[in-house]
Amino acid sequence: MEQFSPIKRSKDGQAIRYLIVDDSVFARKNLVRMIESFGGEIAGEAGDGMTAITEYERSKPDIVLMDITMPQMEGIESAEKIVQQNPDARIVMVSSVGYQENIVAALQRGARHFVQKPVKPEVLYEVIKYVLGEDGVVAAAAGAGA
Amino acid sequence: MKMELIQPFINAADAVLSQGLNSPMEIGNFTMDKEAYRRKGVAAMVELSGDIEGRVIFDVMPKTAAKIASQLAGTELPETDTLVREAVCELANQVIGNAVATLNDQGFHFRVHPPRLHTSEHGPQITADTEALVLCFETASGSVFINIALRYGSSAKVSATGVSA
Repeated sequence: MEQFSPIKRSKDGQAIRYLIVDDSVFARKNLVRMIESFGGEIAGEAGDGMTAITEYERSKPDIVLMDITMPQMEGIESAEKIVQQNPDARIVMVSSVGYQENIVAALQRGARHFVQKPVKPEVLYEVIKYVLGEDGVVAAAAGAGA
Repeated sequence: MKMELIQPFINAADAVLSQGLNSPMEIGNFTMDKEAYRRKGVAAMVELSGDIEGRVIFDVMPKTAAKIASQLAGTELPETDTLVREAVCELANQVIGNAVATLNDQGFHFRVHPPRLHTSEHGPQITADTEALVLCFETASGSVFINIALRYGSSAKVSATGVSA
């Protein structure tokens, strides 16, 4: 997988910590590979919306990547509950079900952005930079001119 | 089954498979299936309810499934690896999710249920109003079959495209 210039936290230069929420183990593994290519760290994983809430409180990640269609509790409801408790939570919805109604509902209920599956690493990378804003900084990749 | 319900699946399969497998694919045969569904290999099923009801099954032979999963995972996976089945489920989720997103933007409203592995040899008998269409896509890794049995739900009167349901 292509390597990207690492994105770090601007306040302390540490790796960005991610919570990955998807009912598909395969999808989670793919996202983990992408996050690692961005120089990120996995704070936790969850396979449904309910577990995502408890995992968020336990790990306090910098960014949540959240699927929508999941058993027990869907991603939009989970995102809403996380944001209610943590107004600064940065949640990016990552789903194949990217119709306008769903995207608007997710954004209205607290998500910061939406990425359509299949995920292109370069798209996710740009979205993460955008969502972090001034709280993220792109560090020079070791051994690369980027 | 109307073409307006089928075309989004063809487009989504083309886009998702071409991108995921990093090679072009060809659309193979389309066949109508009036018999009960018979599983070919590793199969994942997604059910829909609302303006459009029914189910879509994504089905690939075990060897093809292993090749596709290996390509997507970036590492060689044996046919027996549970990740192979997970990969087929996720691919089904992506193809069907992209197709239903198009249908939703056309004015159909329905709920998509999470994909699940279809492990029994046979599926439910097809009824007169839920005839199945089997689409075959030829990829570099082998054939991918999508078995679609959808009908307009009782809540669908007239779609946004003006077609009577």
